[in-house]
Amino acid sequence: MEFLRPASWQEALAAKAEHPTALPIAGGTDVMVEINFDHRRPDHLLDLNRIGELEEWETGTDTVRLGASVPYARIMSGLRAELPGLALASHTVASPQIRNRGGVGGNLGTASPAGDAHPALLAGGGAVEAESVRGSRLIPIDDFYTGVKRNALAPDELIRAVHLKKATGPQQFSKVGTRNAMVIAVCAFGIALHPDTRTVRTGIGSAAPTPIRAGTAEEFLTAALDEGGLWDSRKPVPPAVAGQFAALVAGAANPIDDVRGTAAYRRHALGVMARRTLGWTWEQYRAEG
Amino acid sequence: MGITRTPTSLTQSSATRGGIGESTLRPDGTLKVTGEFAYSSDLWHEDMLWGYTLRSTVAHAAIVSIDTGEALATPGVYAVLTYDDLPTEVKHYGLEIRDTPVLAHGKVRHHGEPVALVAADHPETARRAAAKIRVEYEPLPVITDEASATAPDAVLVHEGRDDHHIGHVPHPNIVHRQPVVRGDAAAAAARADVVVSGEYVFGMQDQAFLGPESGLAVPAEDGGVDLYVATQWLHSDLGQIAPVLGLPERKVRMTLSGVGGAFGGREDLSMQIHGCLLALRTGKPVKIVYNRFESFFGHVHRHPARLWYEHGATRDGRLTHVRCRIVLDGGAYASSSPAVVGNAASLSIGPYVVDDVDVEALALYTNNPPCGAMRGFGAVQACFAYEAQMDRVAAELGMDPVEFRQINAMEQGAVMPTGQTVDSPAPVAELLRRVKSRPLPPERQWETTEGADVRALPGGLSNTTHGEGVVRGVGYAVGIKNVGFSEGFDDYSTARVRMQAINGEAVATVHTAMAEVGQGGVTVHAQIARSELGVTQVTIQPADTQVGSAGSTSASRQTYMTGGAVKNTCEAVRAKVLDLGRRKFGTYHPAWATAELLLEDGKVVTDGGEVLAGIAEVLDDEVVDLELEFRHRPTQAFDLRTGQGNGHVQYSFAAHRAVVEVDTELGLVKVVELACAQDVGKALNPLSVVGQIQGGTTQGLGVAVMEEIVVDPVTALVRNPSFTDYLIPTILDTPTIPVDVLELADAQAPYGLRGVGEAPTLSSTPAVLAAIRQATGLALNRTPVRPEHLTGP
Repeated sequence: MEFLRPASWQEALAAKAEHPTALPIAGGTDVMVEINFDHRRPDHLLDLNRIGELEEWETGTDTVRLGASVPYARIMSGLRAELPGLALASHTVASPQIRNRGGVGGNLGTASPAGDAHPALLAGGGAVEAESVRGSRLIPIDDFYTGVKRNALAPDELIRAVHLKKATGPQQFSKVGTRNAMVIAVCAFGIALHPDTRTVRTGIGSAAPTPIRAGTAEEFLTAALDEGGLWDSRKPVPPAVAGQFAALVAGAANPIDDVRGTAAYRRHALGVMARRTLGWTWEQYRAEG
Repeated sequence: MGITRTPTSLTQSSATRGGIGESTLRPDGTLKVTGEFAYSSDLWHEDMLWGYTLRSTVAHAAIVSIDTGEALATPGVYAVLTYDDLPTEVKHYGLEIRDTPVLAHGKVRHHGEPVALVAADHPETARRAAAKIRVEYEPLPVITDEASATAPDAVLVHEGRDDHHIGHVPHPNIVHRQPVVRGDAAAAAARADVVVSGEYVFGMQDQAFLGPESGLAVPAEDGGVDLYVATQWLHSDLGQIAPVLGLPERKVRMTLSGVGGAFGGREDLSMQIHGCLLALRTGKPVKIVYNRFESFFGHVHRHPARLWYEHGATRDGRLTHVRCRIVLDGGAYASSSPAVVGNAASLSIGPYVVDDVDVEALALYTNNPPCGAMRGFGAVQACFAYEAQMDRVAAELGMDPVEFRQINAMEQGAVMPTGQTVDSPAPVAELLRRVKSRPLPPERQWETTEGADVRALPGGLSNTTHGEGVVRGVGYAVGIKNVGFSEGFDDYSTARVRMQAINGEAVATVHTAMAEVGQGGVTVHAQIARSELGVTQVTIQPADTQVGSAGSTSASRQTYMTGGAVKNTCEAVRAKVLDLGRRKFGTYHPAWATAELLLEDGKVVTDGGEVLAGIAEVLDDEVVDLELEFRHRPTQAFDLRTGQGNGHVQYSFAAHRAVVEVDTELGLVKVVELACAQDVGKALNPLSVVGQIQGGTTQGLGVAVMEEIVVDPVTALVRNPSFTDYLIPTILDTPTIPVDVLELADAQAPYGLRGVGEAPTLSSTPAVLAAIRQATGLALNRTPVRPEHLTGP
């Protein structure tokens, strides 16, 4: 195994072009586990830790350009207002030590359905900035996850950053695990209200081959809020609407039985989390009115 | 010689002074907290090789062939060993029944069984070479439960058994069976106003110690081997290792290395023989360290169990009878299954007075992972079931569950179902009273001025509820555990104590083979030496086999047994010192001959407080050095048909009250408080005692709500051998654990003490389950409880 240590982003892109199978490593919280247990033996490891700009973010008018290696701990402390859903999700990642090392780029690179960031990214909306020596492109987050632990990156591309829409309304993130901290998701749910577009977006984790949005549930709720005039009146969401939303979220999942939980439980729990997080976000929206 | 040994001697003087009864701090505490303590995985020797174990990928299969050619040809590989390479006729080991092959022979009996060994100059080289060993398996039917094990045509897990249990078991796939029959349960049942029966399931818990199995074997010039290893009982290991190596025991010199927890999981051998074989074959030091994945296959687990109980009671709340049947899954090898059966059977009724009892306990041979010792040892599974039953009977009678227990609680003088009289304090009702009388933690304790504190709610940081769906429950349980080795075992420990004067100060050195696995023996031994010998500075030498056996660090026995041995030897040393004093100074002061003499603060004093001489003065150049054995009172075997016999040395009792918040919609649990009351006879180190109780309580909580090794019911493959999927409580899962310590002396025991470590592990689990049942209204006959058990299908 060869260890590549590019000193700059351009060098990193060149190295990835030369060795398309090279495995990028930043925090190492996924990669090192895989290597230690011999689950993975890449010919080349591409160490991104010397590239400082990956650990920075820029806040624009409408978006945050979040460097791929910004650790979760800094997202929690520095971006709570701009990216509340992702900040909440970040707080559920493993332990403080891991949160000091791991970042969203790793979650996206691994593309595990259990990655904690994904539901928040899907709900908040945004795009992945992928770059290679051939150039840079933005991959909408909705198109990024292509299969179990597969993503839309080309072999020569690296994740430079994620472009995330700054929150225009309340966001929430909930995750079920069988322990009260430091636990991998049995299933997870993210929701974001977008009052600017009068839409609601969602994200589901660990309950399908890839992270997914609950499209039908979003459309139903968006329509119901619209028809009820609730964005303007800020009246409570009728229980029947919340219940239907929860049922549609549960129905959107395509979970399996595994050692962490049953498919039936995952569906059930997603419904409960959908109803509760809708309640929390809507209450906050009402309170801010 | 370029070797990192662990640990070194622990000299305790001014910073840790204190005699018995004081909360002296651990001499290795700071080192452990700061990460400087050297564990067995830190062992190192220049020029050493790394050993690696190839393990079976299937649970039950004939081995058709093993091809090691490619592995041996790998550059950097020094040796590849299989069963055929074992050097002597002794090729098996085992704690009680030597049924475990050092390397698989002819067939494998469980997932992860060692098949071959590799030594190489780098751990990766060893691992990769092992992957090149080609093992051809032919599948055999997989025995997974009682039905498949005892079917008339069942494949035998072990053919040709000749152990001393085969004569009395109903099927060769049953390791051992122990009935306990007292009175007439059938006749008593006719008197019962209510009868409650139930079936209970206890999942497979793992010890989950943090320091994985590891050790270093160094070949010696005399043809022997020096083995540094983390274990629980050096001499038991030695007796199993030496015959396989074909060496006399004196040529296998063992030294305890830094142990990162044990909980029973280091009673059986792991890498010991393998490391020695590779070292002797290659002539080089060989280190073996399991990683976390391998560790789950490297030690036995707690027996999973199915338990059937029937309790009867009269209207006024008195138990009429108990019938029960306990089926423990011992897995592929016997380990300590027979003794676990004995415990489960004899302690199956709990700390209650029941005259009419009909009990059967047995352990199966299956192709599941081998199970053996774990904290609580057979008493844990029974306690989970009988305490669930006690709640159900109380509910049936319309009685308060604590009051119902108190009515039936045993006290000193009670007779066990085995016929043994409990002849020391048994404050069962009082322990329950104490946990019940504590004020309850405030309701809705998660509410703060800034909203809900999710850390105080089920789901914790995962942010699943802000109070929605959360219901509180409170539950109680009490348990009984034996202390020390039972059933006629010749249980003893050995202590060597040396006293001498250095630079005008009398100092003591204590040498035992006691395995310090975290329980605090190294602290307590120094406290005992200080109290008995009147010295300040005590050096605890590393445990090794150059001194007599200390027995295992298990069965809550080490403070009783090796603490007792240190006390016993110290008393003999003190007598020698006083004899020396009488000879030297007796003529100068009549008190030498007439008064009761003590050693205090470095001086010989009379019981009236008069100072006669300095101890250093008495010793001068003399060294007093004694090694003595210490035994507890003998016990008896249980009768194989009736279970009658004075089988146990001492009993230990703890009670818990659990307060939980359950998110009833998501099935998530937050244990808010787990109060414990326990009688410890005498707290030699109160801080350590509380630590033991809190640790045992937490381990019991773990198997109530999360800890379980999941074994596939068809293939018998382990599905979650990692800390990603085998969950143990984090600090956020660990509640406040207020501890109420009683000290009611046992006149038979050193200082009146009662073994502490295991009892709290028993009652913690059923208390949590009872609280969850109260919150949810569900029957919950299985532990651990998983979220889907609480939310329904």
